[in-house]
Order: sequence, then structure tokens, then C-alpha cells
Amino acid sequence: MSNEIKTMDKSPIVKKKNTDEAVESGLAKLTRERIKNTINQVLQNETGPRFKAYVETCMHCGLCAEACLYFLSNDRDPSYSPAGKVKQTIWEMLDKKGEVSIDFLRRAVHIAHLECNVCKRCSMYCPFGIDIAYLMLMVRRICHKLEITPLYIQDTVNSHSATMNQMWVKEDEWIDTLQWQEEDAREEFENLRIPLDKVGADIMYSVIAPEPKFQAGLIYQMATIMHAAGVNWTMPSTPGWDNSNMAMFTGDNEISGRIARAFYETAARLKVKRVVMGECGHAFRSTYDVGNRWIGWAMPPFEVVHALEFYHELLTSGRIKIAQKYKKTVTLHDPCNVSRGRGLHDMAREITNMLCESFIEMTPNREHNYCCGAGGGVINCGPPYKGERMVNNRVKAEQLKATGAEVLIAPCHNCHSGLEDIIHHYNLNMEVKFLGDIIFETMEKKIYQSGD
Amino acid sequence: MNAFIDFIMGPMVWITFLIFILGLILKIVLILKDVNAREPYIYSYMTLKHSLRSIAAWSIPFFPKSTKQSPVFYGVSYIFHLLLFLVPIFLTAHIVLVNEAFQVSWIALDDSIADILTIMVGLGLVFFMIRRMMVPEVKYLTSCKDYLLILIVALPFITGFIAYHQFFLYRPMVIAHVISGEIMLILIPFSKFSHMIVAPLTRAYMGSEFGNVRHAKDW
Repeated sequence: MSNEIKTMDKSPIVKKKNTDEAVESGLAKLTRERIKNTINQVLQNETGPRFKAYVETCMHCGLCAEACLYFLSNDRDPSYSPAGKVKQTIWEMLDKKGEVSIDFLRRAVHIAHLECNVCKRCSMYCPFGIDIAYLMLMVRRICHKLEITPLYIQDTVNSHSATMNQMWVKEDEWIDTLQWQEEDAREEFENLRIPLDKVGADIMYSVIAPEPKFQAGLIYQMATIMHAAGVNWTMPSTPGWDNSNMAMFTGDNEISGRIARAFYETAARLKVKRVVMGECGHAFRSTYDVGNRWIGWAMPPFEVVHALEFYHELLTSGRIKIAQKYKKTVTLHDPCNVSRGRGLHDMAREITNMLCESFIEMTPNREHNYCCGAGGGVINCGPPYKGERMVNNRVKAEQLKATGAEVLIAPCHNCHSGLEDIIHHYNLNMEVKFLGDIIFETMEKKIYQSGD
Repeated sequence: MNAFIDFIMGPMVWITFLIFILGLILKIVLILKDVNAREPYIYSYMTLKHSLRSIAAWSIPFFPKSTKQSPVFYGVSYIFHLLLFLVPIFLTAHIVLVNEAFQVSWIALDDSIADILTIMVGLGLVFFMIRRMMVPEVKYLTSCKDYLLILIVALPFITGFIAYHQFFLYRPMVIAHVISGEIMLILIPFSKFSHMIVAPLTRAYMGSEFGNVRHAKDW
């Protein structure tokens, strides 16, 4: 196969199961009693008939294997197959009635946090529709309760807990960043505003904490898009502005619920008609699908619109016009949480075709696209695991390479970071862009000339 | 001995069907009760439309992507599951028994065709067994219980086949056939065979989550 990429091309990576200090120090403190009680408490009291049906009905047919990026990237090693991961975690916990060893738990943390993106692709390859991602999240829940969650992702949860945002952004820094972006943008666009706390605005725009932390330019871009389209919008100045939710991925459901509640309450306080959020997948999953459930809303109490859908609306209604189409060849990565998670894949294609001259489809695509390998909190487990993540993403690299495109559009932050890593590691010579980047580049915008 | 044979061919058949049918009903009732008690929110997501949409999509041969990727497995599986029901229900010998008891009958399979179909069921089981032994990702998940399930399904077909042809030990084979058939039916509600009714439920739930919440296809 011409598109096959061998990991040998790069400096050799020793494929060992990494660990980190948080996991190790947590494991060192555990007693047999606590392990047993915690596992049984979660499996008996926090699950229900759904869990039981998933475990009892699985016929061990192995068809889910074909779905999994990890299984395929590791030369079909069965221990990476979705059901194989359940066997190494949940089945054994049930078999031994919670009396598992420290080594077992070290392996279980690793499987649930680093060998599964909870992307739910496997549910589409199981004839019974068994939700294996849910089972892996249950393992993470147990790890959380045993306090053996990997260090870096736990730090983001600690930040959520203390500041209601993922990156320890202080309140004044947040406001200052928005005003700094507004000020910069006003040098190019006349009367551009980033309105803070505007009660009764049509739209509350919400981002994830990495944007003010190190990608403030994205806020700038969105402000120019809002400005060009003449949208009545606002951004909150108070905690609740960050829509990301790493606690959702560590099984810290209590914090996860607090984050979602703060988010909706902010929208309620501002009395906006709906919430538009930046190009992030997991944040969308939290506010559209998961966080709301924990705090008792079947569906979100506000209309939550992903940037992709919002752009589609602006472009099709003509509120934003494209001056000149993007010239480079582009391909599109469907993020799990907005395609498999919200069915926005066809809209993404329409936008891409409106913006770009030459669009090359990658295969598989839409609901069946491979995960970027970073999502579900995997990349958030940080540097100790990057090497193995690259090995686990080989098939994704092959899929990208086969397109031959110059630019890779990925409307999701997590995907972005993960795909950047893949591209560098496998020397793919592609540029990763958000849809917003391309809209900003191609749209008609009236740049302010001094003296106008 | 005769009393025993009378029992397994008489009252035990009744008992078997009662356990089989009531067991399945009980299984569904217990699941629904458990859902009401512990996960009632499931109903806020389940819709009949999306449940049926998913079940229908997965019932069309070679329509879901997974079925296209593993055509041999699914091909064998479709035929196997179909024959598992068709052969026993439309077998002349079975219909004759029912007719003697209840004076009802229905169209029967030609015996030579039933013979071929029985062999096909057996081959299907052999395929599943070899797959469990040879395909790494399946082997990894397989324990002796999985082989036991194959054996439980195989026995009534093997014994029935031998008894029909009167190859050897005719009477013991008939007895073994009846007993193994009864064991299989009794076990359905209480073993992994219960996927017969639980799988449509899990499919319906996932179909609803995908159709109703995620606005995406799950096949």
C-alpha cells in the first residue's frame, strides 16, 4: 500500500505503557478494601439496566474491532479492540467482584484514558449497538473515585473546579484578553465591538479556555465575522464563559455538572436567545448532550449552536459574503462530536464548498470518519503519553496522507491539536485550519483606512 | 425408563415452552422495571421512529457499513439465524407431533431440503467455532462458555439429524434430541441467547440516541 506509513521512518518509539506521577502516587495509596468498595459502589449503584444489558448481551463476536483506530493502528492487536478493552477492565472487575490488583488498575487507567477516545465509532459496528464508550467512561469514573486519574487531565479538572475554566485563566485576564482583541481589531475594522455582558443580545458567544490562553487570535477572527455579519452578540465577562468540560472525560460527574450549570446560568443571566460556541467538539458534547443530562435537562435549556452551524447560517443567508474562494486544495476532518455527535457533516461540506475551490473528500468520512486520536480527553493526559499516541494514530495519518490535500480543515480544537501532532510526527506536510480561519481569509471585509 | 421418556416427551415439553416464553416475558418485564426504577430518563430519548429506523437498517442484509466490511461473517450469520427458526418450525416431524397433539398443521419443508438446511446450520456453527479459534480479535474475547453456547445449539441439530437418518442408536438419539432441544429453549432467557430479545432493545436505544439526539445514522 502506497499510503501506508511505517513508524520506523521516525525515531523509534518504544511502545511501552506509560504512566505518570498522579497515577502512581494514587495507586500507592490504595488499599484492597477501598478498591473493592469503590468498584462495587460504582458498578452496582451508578449503573443500571443499560450497563447490565451491554455486558450480558455482548456475544464476543469481535466485530467492533474493525471500528477502532487503536486496533487498526496497532496492526490489529486484539487487546486494542473495543470489546478487548472491556474484557481487560469491566469484565474482570465483575468477575472478581471488585477484588482487582494494583497492576490491573494501572492497566485499566491506561486503557480507559489513553487507548479509547470515547468516540463511539464502535457503537456503529456492533450489530447490537452496545455503547462501549459508556463502559470506558464507567472505568474512568472508577479511576476518578480511586484518585488515579492521569496528572495533566486531572489538573484541568482542578482548574475547572477552582476557576470554572480549564486553564487557570483569571477573571481579569479573561476580560483583559477580550478587550485587547477588541482594541487590535478596531485598528482594522471601524466600530468593531466585543460586547461584554450585553443583556438581551441575540447570541452569547462562548469559547474554550485555550482560546484566551494561547489562541486569542481566534476570538479576534470571530469578532470580525460577527462584525461583518452585523450580529447582535455578547460574551460573558464572568465565570461560565468557558464551555469546555474535561471533568466529563475523567468521570468527575459532579464537577462536570457544575461546569455545565455555570454555563447555562450565564446564558440565562444574559437573557440571550441562543448560545453560539466556537469550533470545539468536546465542549459541544458537554453543553449539547452530556452536561445538561447531569443537571436534569433532557436537552439543553438553551439552543446551543456549534460554530459550524452558525457559519452555515451566515453564509447561506448572505450575511457574510465570500470575496474570493480559497485556492489551496483542502480536505475535511469530521470531528466525532459534531458529526457522529450532531450530524453536522453535510453542512460542513456545504460550507467547505462555498469557501474553497478544491475540496478532496477523505475516506472514511461523515459519521464513519476516524477519530483524530486526541479527543475524549486522550491528548489532555499530556506529554507523558504523546509518543504512544502517535503510534496509536497511524491509521489516521494514512487516511490524511491519502487525500494529498494541502490544507486540512478541522472544526474542533481537540482535533486540531491532535492532527497537528500527527502531521508533524508523520511528516505529512499539511496545514491544519479551522473553518473560521478560512472564512476570515476569504470573506468580504471592509478594512478601516485612516482618514476614511 | 419409559416413564422418563414419557416425561421428557410429554410434560417436559410443556414445561420447556412455558419457561422459554414466560422467561422471555419475565426478562423484558424485569428490564423495563429496572429501567423505570433506575434509568427512567432513557424514555426521554427513545422514540419509536428512531428505534425502528435503526432496527430496520440493521435488518437489511449488507446495508450497514459493518456488514459490508465483514460480508462473510454477516452472510453466514444471516442464514444461520434464519434457519435456526425455519428448520425446527417447518420440519415435517415436528409438525406431525403438533398435529397429533392439537390437530393443527402448516406447510412443511421437504425432508431432503430440511436435511440440507440442517447441514447448513451445522456448517454455520462450525464456521463460528473456527472463527473463534482462528481470528485473533475473536479468540481474544472467547472463553469456554462461548464454545458451550455453540455446543448447546449444535446438539439438537446433530442428534435430530442422526435420529432422522437412523444412522445408529435411534432411540437414544431421539431422547438426546428432545432433551438437548429442551435445554436450549430453557436456556434462552437466562443466557447470552437472550440477545434474541435484548439486542433489539439495545439497538433501539442506540438508534434513538443517534437519530433523536445526535441527528446521525448509526449504521
